[in-house]
Amino acid sequence: MNKTRRHVELVCPAGSLPSLKAAVDNGANAVYMGFRDGTNARNFPGLNFDGAEAGKAIAYAQERGVRVLLAINTYPSPAQWTKWCTAVDQAAELNVDAVILADAGLMRYAARTHPQLKLHLSVQGSATNHEAISFYTEHFDIKRVVLPRVLSLSQVRNIIDKVDTEVEVFGFGSLCVMVEGRCVLSSYVTGDSPNTCGVCSPAKAVRWEESASGRKSRLNGVLIDVYAPQEPAGYPTLCKGRFDVDGNVYYALEEPTSLNVLDILPELLNAGVAAIKVEGRQRSPAYVAHVTRVMRSALDACERDPQHFEPKPEWLAQLDKVAEGRCHTLGAYHRPWQ
Amino acid sequence: MAEPMKLSIGPLLYLWDRDAVFEFYERLCQAPVEIVYLGEVVCAKRRNVALSDWLDIGDQLAAAGKAVVLSTLALSEAESELGAMRRIAENGRFAVEANDMGAVNMLSGNVPFVVGPHVNVYNAETLKHLAEAGATRFVLPVELGAEVLTDLQRQRPAGMETEVFGFGRLPLAFSARCFTARAHNVAKDSCDFVCANYPAGLLLHTREREPFLVINGVQIQSARTHSLLGQVGALRALNVDVLRLSPQQEGMVKIIAAFRDVLDGGLSSRQAAGELTRYAEHGICDGYWHQRPGMDRSVGA
Repeated sequence: MNKTRRHVELVCPAGSLPSLKAAVDNGANAVYMGFRDGTNARNFPGLNFDGAEAGKAIAYAQERGVRVLLAINTYPSPAQWTKWCTAVDQAAELNVDAVILADAGLMRYAARTHPQLKLHLSVQGSATNHEAISFYTEHFDIKRVVLPRVLSLSQVRNIIDKVDTEVEVFGFGSLCVMVEGRCVLSSYVTGDSPNTCGVCSPAKAVRWEESASGRKSRLNGVLIDVYAPQEPAGYPTLCKGRFDVDGNVYYALEEPTSLNVLDILPELLNAGVAAIKVEGRQRSPAYVAHVTRVMRSALDACERDPQHFEPKPEWLAQLDKVAEGRCHTLGAYHRPWQ
Repeated sequence: MAEPMKLSIGPLLYLWDRDAVFEFYERLCQAPVEIVYLGEVVCAKRRNVALSDWLDIGDQLAAAGKAVVLSTLALSEAESELGAMRRIAENGRFAVEANDMGAVNMLSGNVPFVVGPHVNVYNAETLKHLAEAGATRFVLPVELGAEVLTDLQRQRPAGMETEVFGFGRLPLAFSARCFTARAHNVAKDSCDFVCANYPAGLLLHTREREPFLVINGVQIQSARTHSLLGQVGALRALNVDVLRLSPQQEGMVKIIAAFRDVLDGGLSSRQAAGELTRYAEHGICDGYWHQRPGMDRSVGA
């Protein structure tokens, strides 16, 4: 594949029509969205699009030159199979620019039924090396892979050198510390997982409790964290709680923090990433507008003059304001983090 | 007439010292199991037992009549890890269990292989595709239960065997981060193999001192021990071919014996379950089988 660097696509989340408009109006090159059901990995109450709304949203974006990617990235059980196939059919009818799939069976269906429909491998597909990606390019002719957030920068670079498909990486947003698509912590505690239900640590399993020792957050009864008075409380995503290991209480798996790649943007561009993704279909239109605007400015500056690119302090401050835990990390891109 | 259900021993998930590993498999030569999976699935840095050692252990087990399968790493990122994967894929002696699509890709079209529990098989179309690529057995992902398995069994391709994770702490997640190193405040790159101090993993409690999870390097497991001992009848009715027992330090011989007795009809599952509780320090669970949270325990477990 020709690895000459082109314009890098800024891919922004569209959990609703106002969010989609916020992304389009603030400089996204592409938006990603899902149907209002369990076919996508942000199956949250009040989010996403039914058929008619999807048509309107897609038109709004495409008329303004912004591409639309539709995520059907959960894993259908045999009982759900027909419904997931119908979602793929619908996506094809709606003329989206690509579908983002995770399940190999569904890819097979899509590739055979809609050969013109472009396929992206979702982060939930869990392809962490070039051999895994080759499986999907050879078997289903995928056009792009979204890399799990477990790879270092040099590993990302190596993958881009070796694969015949575009590579999309996460640039900003809440961080999964586990390899996506192969984490069932959520179903262990609640019965619902990202793979089966499109949710992690679902809101319906969350209970808040005031007690003498502080404010407790529980997930299906399991204590995820306790917050002292005045201490800001975060959503009880179960890998981001404080636990007790050998008598030490700390964030044993991961702190509540957001991924932010601005510090290594020139390296990512130079490595040849095709797209940078912003996480957060569950977030507000204001978040989408805000993050899209900052990421657009940063990408434009970096593409203009990568040699002298430095993230402006006000960009970082603005992003930290909307970040989970109000702070950021380079995640696995940065080796010591691992 | 369906074949009787076989017992397998899954890959060893912890870092044990070398002698303990050799002893463990030497004992397995005499154990009433049909299949043994060998190799490092969790962390590429663990190399105290090399591939050549695993092949030697495999030869011993094969000589004792066991079917040997070499398992690949679940999370492979570095080029060196792919090299190790390729040496396993091309070992030429034993069958291979693929634990990610990278391994599937290496094996596909070359030799028959087993699709491990860390490859996502949630429906019959995925299974069919993997069968065409050369898979002859698959391990049901741990979060799936009787309902999905019933549908999958009805539609499974001819010649495909089904294996179910039947006993052990559940492998729930993998990360690039080493949580054992994190617990010791050391970098992964200079971990000094601290996970070797925890042959049963490092227990994580909630702040109410409830045992919750087990840290095993880059892997997170359940603290409770998943057991389908009470479901042997149901598994058999579903024509499950292989039931997997995951290696643990305590009581493996007794655990195998309990399952064997129930499979052979010599012991009721209720009698055998009593025997097993002493080897499940933080309790038993079987929720996944019943379409419930995995940590739940049914009356029959």
